[in-house]
Parts: sequence; C-alpha cells; structure tokens
Amino acid sequence: MREARDPAFKGGRKQPIPASEGRSDQSKGRRTQPMPVFNGRREQPLPIRIVHWCNAVFLILMAGSGLQIFMAYPSLGPRGTQYGWYPFQGKPTPAWTRIGGWLGGGRHWHFAIAWFFVFNGIFYLMYFFLSGEWRRRMFRPWRDAHGAVAQFLYYLRIRRTPPPEDFYNGLQRFAYTSVIIFGVVMVLSGLAIYKPVQLHFLTILFGGYDGARVVHLAGLCLFTMFLAAHLVLVSLHPREILNMITGGPRE
Amino acid sequence: MSRLITRRRFIAGATAASLLTGCDAHPIKGFLGAMKDWNEKFEGFIFSPGRLAPEEAAADTTPESAFPAYFIADTMPTLPANWTLSVGGLVERELVLTLDQLQKMPRTDLRVRHHCVEGWSAVASWHGVRISEIAKAAGLKPGVRYVEFNSFDDDYFSSWDLGSAMHPQTILAYGMNGHPLGPNHGAPLRVYSAVKLGYKMCKYLTEVNFLPNKTGGYWEDQGYDWFGGV
Repeated sequence: MREARDPAFKGGRKQPIPASEGRSDQSKGRRTQPMPVFNGRREQPLPIRIVHWCNAVFLILMAGSGLQIFMAYPSLGPRGTQYGWYPFQGKPTPAWTRIGGWLGGGRHWHFAIAWFFVFNGIFYLMYFFLSGEWRRRMFRPWRDAHGAVAQFLYYLRIRRTPPPEDFYNGLQRFAYTSVIIFGVVMVLSGLAIYKPVQLHFLTILFGGYDGARVVHLAGLCLFTMFLAAHLVLVSLHPREILNMITGGPRE
Repeated sequence: MSRLITRRRFIAGATAASLLTGCDAHPIKGFLGAMKDWNEKFEGFIFSPGRLAPEEAAADTTPESAFPAYFIADTMPTLPANWTLSVGGLVERELVLTLDQLQKMPRTDLRVRHHCVEGWSAVASWHGVRISEIAKAAGLKPGVRYVEFNSFDDDYFSSWDLGSAMHPQTILAYGMNGHPLGPNHGAPLRVYSAVKLGYKMCKYLTEVNFLPNKTGGYWEDQGYDWFGGV
C-alpha cells in the first residue's frame, strides 16, 4: 500500500518535452505540463490493478447478461417502425455470448452487476483524479494527439519507427481514456432504458427509448472492439499483463 | 406451471428457463435474490408519483397490427356474459361496476410509449378511467399499500404498489386508438399505465383489490421483477 500513500509527483524532475508536442501548445499560448514523476509509485498501483481485474469480470457479466436481454427483442427501433439501417434485425447473438439462461435471469444479472460496475467505476475515477494518475494516463489532445496518430501509423507499418513515448504512448492514452467515456455512456444509456419515464431527461439525451437502446448496443460494440485490440496488443507486450498483476517496476 | 411451455409465446427464453432452472417453482435466491430485492427497493425509491411520461405525437402511433398482444390462456379469452368489475379489499364501499358505469366516470386519455420487458416499445392511445377515481369512489381505508388486479385470462394477475396505481397516467382502459378495446388487447377492460412494464398491465380485468399486503403476479411468481417500473 506504500504507493497509494505516496505524495506522488511533488517536486518531480522535469522530463524533456518531445519537440513534436511543443508546437500546438504555443499556438494556444500555454506550456505543456511536464510529465510528473511518480516517485516510488508502481506503474500500475494496487487500486488500479484491483479495479482493472474486477472490471474484467463485471464487463463480461454485463455483456453476457445484456445480450441475453437483447435476445428477447433482438431488433432496433420501435414495433412497426424498426430501423432500416440496422442489418441484423431479429437476429440474436449466439448462445455462448449470453449469460443468465432466460430473460428474467439476464435482467437480474444485468441489474445486479450494474451496481458493482458503477461503484468500481466511481472508485476508479476518484482514485484517477485524487492520486494524480490522470496526469500520466488521460488523453490530452494538445499533448497526445500527434503521438497517437504517429503510433497508429506505426502499427499500420506506414511509419517505420514508433514515436517517443513516456509512460504511455498517445494511442494508449487515447484508447484508455475513450474506454472510460464508453463506460460513462453505457451507464447513462443503460439508465435511460431501465427507467425511461423516471429518468426521462436521460432518455431525451439519447433520442428517446429506442435511441438509447441503439447507443447502448453501439457502446457494447465499441467495448468489444476495444477488448479485441487490447488483447492483441497486450499479448504482443506480455510484460504489461504481468505489470497489471504485480504492479510492475517503481517509477 | 408446465402449461407455460404450451402457451403462446411471450418470451422465447421463458420455456428454456422453466426447463433449465425451474424458476417458476423457486424464487430467485442467494446473491441474485438479494440484488433483486435491493433493486426492487431502488425502483420504489426512484419512482416519483408526480412525474408524468410525455405524451407522444399522433404520428408516432404504432400500426395496430404491429402492436403485440398476448394472453396466457390456450385460446383468446372471451367476454363472459354479464361481465362486471369488482372493486374490493380494504375499502369503505365494495363496488360492482358495469362497463356502462365505468364509461360514465371521468374519462382520461393517454398517448404514451409502451415499454415491454422484452425491450420493444410501441405507441397507442388509450382511454378509460383513472384508478385513483375508482379508489375515490370506493373509499380506501387506512393501511392500503398495494393493489391487485385479477383477470379472466386463466390465472393471470398482477399486484402493484399503491403509488404507481394511483399515478395520474394509470387507468383502467376500455378503449384503444379511439375505438373500444379489442379482445386481443384485453376487452372489455385492462390496466394501462405509463409507469409500468407491459406485463404489469393486467388485461381482461375482473377484480381490483386494494390490499395491505403484497401479493405476486403471473410473471412475477416466475421470477420477473415485481415492481416492473419504467
């Protein structure tokens, strides 16, 4: 627990700012924040490791039970006016994707695990901001956008060398920050479907009940795409998996 | 409850469910049961008696042929001769109302979105008399906390929290889309509400009982959530 108590980056030494990142900041008349040094803190502090692995379990249960619920009406759009653009109207997902066994079971699992998913997320976001971890994890366009594009081009083998990275590269920050936003959107769109009258302000936000279902399912697709990319990339960098278990080296 | 399997489809999974888990014979227990109870309290907590569902535009009305309807009996329940609605329980005056008498009570019209537990929505307009009007006519005694609806669709029934039943958008509907209720949608009288899932809205009504204690319901007893609010 030592790392959790650390006052973190106070008085940290400054790291050189990559030349590519200085440019956009000058145009906005502000200085890039130097990457703080997280003295003695592990790459993956214990709270983040706990949240990560809990989340892995919760997300699988949420996705499986959600698809079980979806099976009862595997279509998008209201009765009589289903959306023409959705190519899979009436097609449920295969049995192996579903958890709960029946509609009621899927609902009970979904609404049970949702609480744990939400509180896990709230705990994560509190730690993320209060500990200062956001400084080395959160995607900030003026700092990370250039590196994210360069990293993407590198993965596509259009660029020969990876861009310089500090704690995370820009693309990692983009992905890991995006997935937090997906999580928030999933919770809000889920609430909009769960209580479309009592939480009507949320339902309006997503374009009505059937709009919220679209967003909720699209969120699942994005989560799945994230997971696929995440699994491929960590399998190419297995040390990162180990770090997420042991915490990795101290900074 | 094996009849469920031979009955009309409501949820494809329900058949598998009763075979796999015997869920209709046993309540949900353990972790899921505890969370189900917790969520039921949460549903009651966020239910706001004064919050109205928005009226939908007439243009968004679902074609009636596309508005699903179901019953649990093997054949469509037919209107019994000399049908009346009995109002009882903890009331000052037990009532026996004919359709004609119900239609002479103050009429309420709704065009709100219908939310099914399966995940689909649809829109129709419904007209009838508010349950709060029925309660006023019968006079509720202190201690009423629940309302139970019974039907002539086999043993279909559902019990509600009093707050949802007394909501201004909860009615006993005798008409749909401007015409008398059809037999597929529960003629002559059904519950319709903007604040509950479809399975809570008992059709083919015979009785409304104001009760001090909670009872279950046809689907509720098979493991679906009792509150079923939206």
